Amino acid sequence: MADNKGVMIFVEVIDGKLTNIAQELLGAGRKLANDLSEELSALIVGSGVANIAPEAIAYGADKIYVVDAPLLKDYRTDAYVAVVEKVVKQVNPRILLLGQTTIGRDLAPRAACRLITGAILDCIALDIDTATKQLLITKPVYGGNARAVYSMETLPQVATVRAKAMTALVPDSSRKGQVVIVDAGLDPAAIKTNVLQKVVAETTGIKLEDASVVVTGGRGIGGPEGFKQLEELAKVLKGAVGATRPPCDAGWAPDTIQIGLTGKIVSPYVYIAVAVSGASQHMAGCSGSKNIIAINRDAEAAIFKEARFGVVGDWKKIIPAFEAKVKELQSK
Amino acid sequence: MNMIVCIKQVLDPEAPLSSFKIDPATNTMVPVTSVPFVISPFDEQAVEAALKIKDAKGGKITVISLGVNLLRDVVKKPLSLGADELILLEDPAFIGGDSWSTAYALAAAIKKVGQFDLIFCGRQAADSDSGQVGACIAEILGIPQVSVAKKVEAIDGKVKVDKVTTDGYEVVEVPTPALITVSNELGEVRFATFKGTMASKKKEPIIWKPADIGAEPAKIGAAGRRIKTRKLFQPVRDSKCEIIGGETDEDKAANLAKKLVEVKLI
Ligand SMILES: Cc1cc2nc3c(=O)[nH]c(=O)nc-3n(C[C@H](O)[C@H](O)[C@H](O)COP(=O)(O)OP(=O)(O)OC[C@H]3O[C@@H](n4cnc5c(N)ncnc54)[C@H](O)[C@@H]3O)c2cc1C
Ligand SMILES: Nc1ncnc2c1ncn2[C@@H]1O[C@H](COP(=O)(O)O)[C@@H](O)[C@H]1O
Repeated sequence: MADNKGVMIFVEVIDGKLTNIAQELLGAGRKLANDLSEELSALIVGSGVANIAPEAIAYGADKIYVVDAPLLKDYRTDAYVAVVEKVVKQVNPRILLLGQTTIGRDLAPRAACRLITGAILDCIALDIDTATKQLLITKPVYGGNARAVYSMETLPQVATVRAKAMTALVPDSSRKGQVVIVDAGLDPAAIKTNVLQKVVAETTGIKLEDASVVVTGGRGIGGPEGFKQLEELAKVLKGAVGATRPPCDAGWAPDTIQIGLTGKIVSPYVYIAVAVSGASQHMAGCSGSKNIIAINRDAEAAIFKEARFGVVGDWKKIIPAFEAKVKELQSK
Repeated sequence: MNMIVCIKQVLDPEAPLSSFKIDPATNTMVPVTSVPFVISPFDEQAVEAALKIKDAKGGKITVISLGVNLLRDVVKKPLSLGADELILLEDPAFIGGDSWSTAYALAAAIKKVGQFDLIFCGRQAADSDSGQVGACIAEILGIPQVSVAKKVEAIDGKVKVDKVTTDGYEVVEVPTPALITVSNELGEVRFATFKGTMASKKKEPIIWKPADIGAEPAKIGAAGRRIKTRKLFQPVRDSKCEIIGGETDEDKAANLAKKLVEVKLI
């Protein structure tokens, strides 16, 4: 049995910047490492990413492993799994954390399987069981209707963490850390995955994940025209528009604004849910909002159980009148 | 084109919260008779992805499901839509597993099927929400995977997949055999025709026990778990919603605006 020690974070870099989820993971990892009195390391993989190391140190890492190679420019499962396998076997961390992102959800289970250990995806809380030094991993299951706490005896214990579930530390640029360059050692012939094209949906206005006000439309909106109305209201409130899954499936709203278990996770200051029933799979993506406001014609809708303010009525009458009144009050 | 689709039978994930109960003594969910069993929704999309390829290129679709008390009306549904064969890993020894031990058994069954170009799974099962079985099967079989697909096209010896990303999608190409996990962005799934339903009634599933697929007893089901469930519980929701009243919907709307300004939310 290898002598596994320390917490390792798989850090994601987008456009030369440490991602929010990476900052959150480093914050969570720092706490776990302190609880274990062990080291926090970060693994940075990509092409031209070495310069991120100081930032990862500022956010809490003690040691940075950098695997920088042109072959690693795009995320490709086969290449990245090989790199994670190599570094983990060299470093032997006790815990390996990734973000529940496009990359993390693909990489974590495959890497864990190769390393003959287990993984838990999309978790929301991490604690150390002081008796066994095992990681206790809390994850929503049954579409958010329940929570499970898991542990595993195999090492490293692998988990992916949901966006916004953890808090980043205030970066401290005076922190010191060590940078270790690891050779990718990849055989180009062994990489069978090819990324042919990347299509990014264009967004106008405020980014959904960053908006402090989110106006979300549900199935009850009934069509694309309704979403135009919500768009207008969002503009007045300086917010962004989100959707439940049915409007995205129906093509009334782009897939990229779906909020929920399998969509985006948002936690704005104000979340206005319009004609949304409040299914657990949807609430999984917005229950971290500070103030939920529900507009629904069904007084029994589950959304009212999680809202701070509610209006029972027809959104078609409520939204225009609400927008008009807000404008009137804003101009005062 | 030989295709395999893994489907899981689950309790209807969209059943109301009030029908959801947990037995704290056993850390398991208590099934309520009013909630029906269904094929996990993303697995229905996985079946649809395979059917689309069969429509375009022809081929054979083998459906595999692991569990106990698999309701024939539920698991036979893909047969009524155009799948060719149904294999059930139906044995108490197979259940109670985690992603890894489930994937181990499914991979062993797939090896026994032998010929396959594409394997389809759902992106995640609607009960466990684990999202790992697909990647584990691919790793055990040593084949490439593409996860969270919204479009899958097979082109001689390769498969081209539109993979959903946070802000759009990526077009990824891998050689076959490969494993693809499918998401709801694939679009609507087809309905069974009367003829299809009648035909599926006559078709009997093939049942495999652990010994039939050469599975090591210590690696399947609960025995093969790497993950231990310490606790299963329901989060408490504190409901203290203030309902904003008014004569008409327009009045309520104006009152809501006033209220939100008053409490400084907008
Ligand atoms: C595995 C899985 C994953 C899922 N992931 C997600 C996810 O990520 N995100 C997500 O959103 N869903 C997800 N879902 C779907 C989820 O279970 C619900 O089906 C969905 O959230 C319901 O959306 P809704 O509230 O818009 O529609 P409905 O539940 O149909 O509710 C519509 C509401 O609109 C109200 N309404 C209708 N007309 C009006 C009107 N004129 N004025 C006022 N109110 C009106 C109705 O009273 C009703 O409450 C998932 C499901 C599964 C099984
Ligand atoms: N018991 C099962 N029988 C057949 N397929 C399964 C089973 N469990 C999981 N799968 C497949 O693996 C996918 C992911 O499941 P999970 O990793 O449990 O979320 C599902 O969508 C199915 O395609």
